[in-house]
Amino acid sequence: MEKLFKQINQTIMAELRDGEYLGLGFGGEQSTFTRINAAKVRQIGNVDEADLGFNLILNGRRTTGSISLSGDLDEDLSRARGELERLRAEVVQLPEDPYLVLPESKETSRSEKHGNLPDAESIPEILLPAMGNVDLTGIWASGRVYQGNANSAGGYHWFASDSFSLDYSLITPSEKMVKATYAGTEWDQKAYEAFLADSITKLELMSLAPKKIEPGDYRTFIAAAGVSDILSMFSWGGVSEAAIRQSESCLGKMRNENVKLSSLFSFSEDFSSGFAPRFNGNGEVAPEKTTLIAGGELTNTLVSTRTAKEYGVESNFASEGESMRAPSMSAGSLEESDVLEVLGTGVYLSNLHYLNWSDMIGGRITGMTRYACFWVEDGKIVAPIENMRFDDSIYSFLGENLEAVAEKLQINPDVGTYEGRELSAIVCPGILLKSFSLTL
Amino acid sequence: MDLQTILSGIDVRADWIGLRYVKENTGFRLVRDGKPETNTRESKQGVMVEVLVNGQFAYYGTSRLDKPGIQAAAERAVKLATAASKFSLHSFGIEARPVAKGSYSSPFQTAADAFSPGELSDLLIKATAELKVSDKVVTTNAMARTVETESHFVASNGSDVEQKYLMVSADYSAIAHEGSVTQKRTDGGLLAKSYQAGMEVFNEADVLARCRNIGAESVELLTAEECPTGTMDLILAPDQMMLQIHESVGHALEIDRILGDERNYAGWSFVRLEDFGKLQYGSPLMNITFDPYVEGQFASYAYDDGGLKAEKEFLIKDGLLIRGLGGMESQLRSGINGVANFRASSWNRAPIDRMANLNLEPGNSTQDEMIASVEKGVFMTSNRSWSIDDYRNKFQFGCEYGKLIENGKLTKTVKNPNYRAISNPFWRSLKMLGNRATFEVYGTPFCGKGEPNQIIRVGHASPLCLFDSVEIFGGA
Repeated sequence: MEKLFKQINQTIMAELRDGEYLGLGFGGEQSTFTRINAAKVRQIGNVDEADLGFNLILNGRRTTGSISLSGDLDEDLSRARGELERLRAEVVQLPEDPYLVLPESKETSRSEKHGNLPDAESIPEILLPAMGNVDLTGIWASGRVYQGNANSAGGYHWFASDSFSLDYSLITPSEKMVKATYAGTEWDQKAYEAFLADSITKLELMSLAPKKIEPGDYRTFIAAAGVSDILSMFSWGGVSEAAIRQSESCLGKMRNENVKLSSLFSFSEDFSSGFAPRFNGNGEVAPEKTTLIAGGELTNTLVSTRTAKEYGVESNFASEGESMRAPSMSAGSLEESDVLEVLGTGVYLSNLHYLNWSDMIGGRITGMTRYACFWVEDGKIVAPIENMRFDDSIYSFLGENLEAVAEKLQINPDVGTYEGRELSAIVCPGILLKSFSLTL
Repeated sequence: MDLQTILSGIDVRADWIGLRYVKENTGFRLVRDGKPETNTRESKQGVMVEVLVNGQFAYYGTSRLDKPGIQAAAERAVKLATAASKFSLHSFGIEARPVAKGSYSSPFQTAADAFSPGELSDLLIKATAELKVSDKVVTTNAMARTVETESHFVASNGSDVEQKYLMVSADYSAIAHEGSVTQKRTDGGLLAKSYQAGMEVFNEADVLARCRNIGAESVELLTAEECPTGTMDLILAPDQMMLQIHESVGHALEIDRILGDERNYAGWSFVRLEDFGKLQYGSPLMNITFDPYVEGQFASYAYDDGGLKAEKEFLIKDGLLIRGLGGMESQLRSGINGVANFRASSWNRAPIDRMANLNLEPGNSTQDEMIASVEKGVFMTSNRSWSIDDYRNKFQFGCEYGKLIENGKLTKTVKNPNYRAISNPFWRSLKMLGNRATFEVYGTPFCGKGEPNQIIRVGHASPLCLFDSVEIFGGA
């Protein structure tokens, strides 16, 4: 794939006319998906695709586009030339863009991560027998993902990575569930079987008779997987500098009214784990770490070069949408073995579901509890709870009601596949709350 | 490309093989505060090769469109199907892919290329100027989205279906700010005005008039009272009913969800297979139809991606659940009557059960009669927040704009209106249903479901609805 990208890049860049600036972005994957229901194969298939993105600038005007690539150089060059001509015809009709960013980065980088992945045809045989009689539903995804970027200034980046993930739910006959994700780059059959067996053991806890709790405020521990869902909300009306400037951010109160979160809460964009590439769609390379919230205070936001130009601030080379690519929350001091004892009496939430801003400007999030969630009394798990709706503000549960942060960081891989297989992961610990509002 | 010739040349041992070519151009333009933010077009094309071997389907989606590429994809799919057939959840026969022959073209008056990029940009710039009705409006956005899709499905059992669509979505929004209060108003919810239509949607006089109203209402909300908290009557406008139908009816009735396919992602359903024909889903006023032929509605089509011909069907009749949202695969697995809704988001995804046009049929009440019947309640319009549990029971939805109803009259405007309830009791509390004059058609490009994930377009239409005794509350 890199060879194809390089050849298209060299050819197209050589055909640019005076005054034209061009950025090219490459995205592709060769993936195998196996959808599992009741520990059987529901759907199975491969997807082999690649796209080439264009960012054309001429006389202060800008237009973008993308095309599918076939993998055949002659065919793809023909498509690329056609797209460039379409963009040329369009760009002259558009109004001037005062905030456009010329592709000026000359930086280069290259990362190829090869793994040991099972053959597509062997996947049912290696996955399913270990499930035994347990009711397991989930998705296997594996293969190679590619990202590339080049520009007319000479910048060039390439990132390719092999990976696999089995994201699954185990379900009891009474419909209680446990969620887990087994992911990596080197397939190890024994490690997989041990991981799965551990999940099945956890499922046994769910066979206890469920407890129905009433709406109200409860002492609550939210495990790392649930915290990762909360943190992902900061990519939507959160840490974006443009969103704050345009009054579409939950963090506007921190910027404009000097409101603080708990001193226990610190949060960064941190690429050191290496899951996602540091270069953005403009070929700019972000710092390895940008602290966003330190000790409860908003210290930085994600700033794209476009936003920087508009508002006269410094870019930290965020993506154009200023969403997080490598979210990471700092660990605290609550040891995992002490969680239930320190919680005392309250609810333990392993996962959350379907979060949305119920009042974005007010920082209020609603969502559901899901999977292994328990009622805890005097430090002991008593029973799984019926799923509850929560509706509470970050300024409360990440503010004065944040009692402790767990000391163990968990890597929560993003197994999303809407725009192709995601590469990122959210690194975070669990959190203990003095009070959390369950409403329905 | 000549898909039939390619199909006839494929040499693999399979009980059935189908090719689904999709080419889709999605244009998107966004102007913010009079300046261009985005002008882009995404052009995607590829072929989904699907085979049936030993009762197991397998697929290979490829962007390589030549004959050798598709032959190689078919060979890989056959290997996968063979390997997986020892572990099949269900053994399918060829009846899962009925023979389909026909075509569909979406209706439009003005072709996509009748508006140049420059003309459309100019209109969006004017729109943002109209949205800024005062200095309190701090951000204005105008966006236009056009999608041109061609799909061609051919199969070894004789299917040959060509469908072409032109779809247009638009939205205009204003954010007003004063002191510590910020309020946003859109044109009925983000991209809720999504239709199978042409560029006639961008009638300048109409667009600019709507923008002035959106801007004015964003400012009006700055000084509005907070929505009251309490249990009271709730009237929902059709642009919020779109979301209500989608989340608490549509997803709950998807047969693949009921069969458990989505339990690791979107979730299960409170509806069980044994509920069909028995469950009183809502009040007798409730009639839900799957209707693929509403002129201009966003998810109209003639055949689904499994080749099943689309027909209008009642899913809920007089409040009683009678039919599910499931294509042929789900119908064969469950034994439940379904509809032609086995759909894929594009060439690179396998079809699953999706909503298409799912509508609440109108009743007999006028808007005035409905408001006059309410002693104390809130009227809410335009969705801004949505969340529901994995069984499609406990939901909480929020709207942009509300009006108090006091003693049969609309009175003060209220901000941050929200409500929460549980699906079955909520629908059973439907006590008045608006007539045809209150019936409005909406759609959204953004319905997410499936593993691997898929975003697909859906349409929903509804009259005005009055619900009894709902838990209502305001903002933070």
